[in-house]
Amino acid sequence: MRDVAVIGLGMTKWGELWAKPLRSIFVEAALLAIEDAGLDRIDSMVVGCMSSGLFVGQEHLASLLSDYLGRNPIPAARVESACSSGGLALRQGFIEVASGMSDVVLVGGVEKMTDVTGCEATFALGTAADQEYESYHGLTFPGLYAMMAVAHMHRYGTTRDQLSMVAVKNHDNGSKNPLAQFPSKVTVEMVNQSVLVADPLRILDCSPITDGAAAVVLCPLDMAKRMKKPAVRITGSGQATDTISLSSRKDITRLESTHIAAGKALAMAGRKIEDMDLFEVHDCFTIAEIMITEALGLAAPGQGGKAVEDGVTGLRGKHPVNPSGGLKSKGHPVGATGVAQAVEVVKQLRGEAGERQVKGAKRGLTQNMGGTGGSALVHVFEAD
Amino acid sequence: MPTPSRYWREIPQRYRLEAEKCKGCGLILFPPRLVCPQCGKREFERTKLAGTGKLLTYTVIRVAPEGFEDQSPYAVGIAELDDGARLTAQVVDCDFSRLKVGLRVKLEFRKIHEDGAAGVIHYGYKFVPE
Repeated sequence: MRDVAVIGLGMTKWGELWAKPLRSIFVEAALLAIEDAGLDRIDSMVVGCMSSGLFVGQEHLASLLSDYLGRNPIPAARVESACSSGGLALRQGFIEVASGMSDVVLVGGVEKMTDVTGCEATFALGTAADQEYESYHGLTFPGLYAMMAVAHMHRYGTTRDQLSMVAVKNHDNGSKNPLAQFPSKVTVEMVNQSVLVADPLRILDCSPITDGAAAVVLCPLDMAKRMKKPAVRITGSGQATDTISLSSRKDITRLESTHIAAGKALAMAGRKIEDMDLFEVHDCFTIAEIMITEALGLAAPGQGGKAVEDGVTGLRGKHPVNPSGGLKSKGHPVGATGVAQAVEVVKQLRGEAGERQVKGAKRGLTQNMGGTGGSALVHVFEAD
Repeated sequence: MPTPSRYWREIPQRYRLEAEKCKGCGLILFPPRLVCPQCGKREFERTKLAGTGKLLTYTVIRVAPEGFEDQSPYAVGIAELDDGARLTAQVVDCDFSRLKVGLRVKLEFRKIHEDGAAGVIHYGYKFVPE
């Protein structure tokens, strides 16, 4: 396998982009990544998108996007793994460059979620759960994570305030990110008093509905060394699956697929979790970040709530988690999220993260997951 | 709107609680599968789910998906039945303040939702306090 580097980053301001169609949202991010790479050559393209079919009624996405990017006839693939579609696209692009199949690969992620009503969006996201045995009974994604929260609180004593502290921390970080959808700061009281969505989760426990895209350009390390930007290597890639139905899970308070994917990615990189200087993780709900910190080993099982309360995961804490603002503040255009996590980590490792820069960051990890953890993708990045 | 076959083929599980028991390790599979996820065996005997169990977790859905808007708020839970099978369903005939981990429940046959004014009416099981 060849060493793989990230040489270009592209992301635009996320939000409710009513005036822009999916294809333009994607092309804008892709053009920024190509420009940042300083290399006008794309051999192949992989795009993560969860459900352009349900959100905008458009399939056959990869060819459409390569056309609008002006890159036909390059090979292009769209990959899907629910909310980890972006992470999966990154892994496929990594494999393509590492294997020698292609030299310069554009990896993108995109979702256009505001062309449908809230009920329809809730339904579309719900297709990442078991349609016949979960969604059939009226379950939603906030509902599934709420059930994980109830079980976690019951078993470990995780508190309402600890859930809120995840939102407070991530909005604090997001307030330093000009591309975030909701850069506004929140307080524990505001989260605790926001409207209930699925008990005990309130609206400020949930990541938003977002339109957005992100893109990165990958190439072999030896080629990257000739580029203008400092090379950042992808040194580890791990992926794992679990039951998509929460009721079939042995332990609903644990994200086993994340634990396994992280183990694989770190083993490939020859690193330990303590070697990482920052983490971009899939905080689709506040309880998710708490459970992820446990699955990654940043906190002991059941201690994820205490970790955020003690400031361990804060921007200036021992293990900074979600310096970008995370899904909570930055937004969560589901297919784009996994790629945007890579954009943030590489920015941090280049020292380009501005006010939210983790000082001296040399290594970072991304964790992206689908559904309630039925899929998980973890990548390790290192400054060369 | 899906054709009725999509719902018709799930009737054994949704109406009659039919499950399968693995001849290799004894795991109860609901819904049935072709391969046991625990031991990999592919031989099963048909069984019926235990009708009672206890809640492992629950929530109250206040923002409903398409098709359930008129029911919200409603409670949903995961229960472990007395035969070890776990399944997800709404918890009904139960004041929200009574919901708790460990609450004893039984399965009852109920209407789940309908496909608009002229579509299929969907039935299935729900949890009610024992």
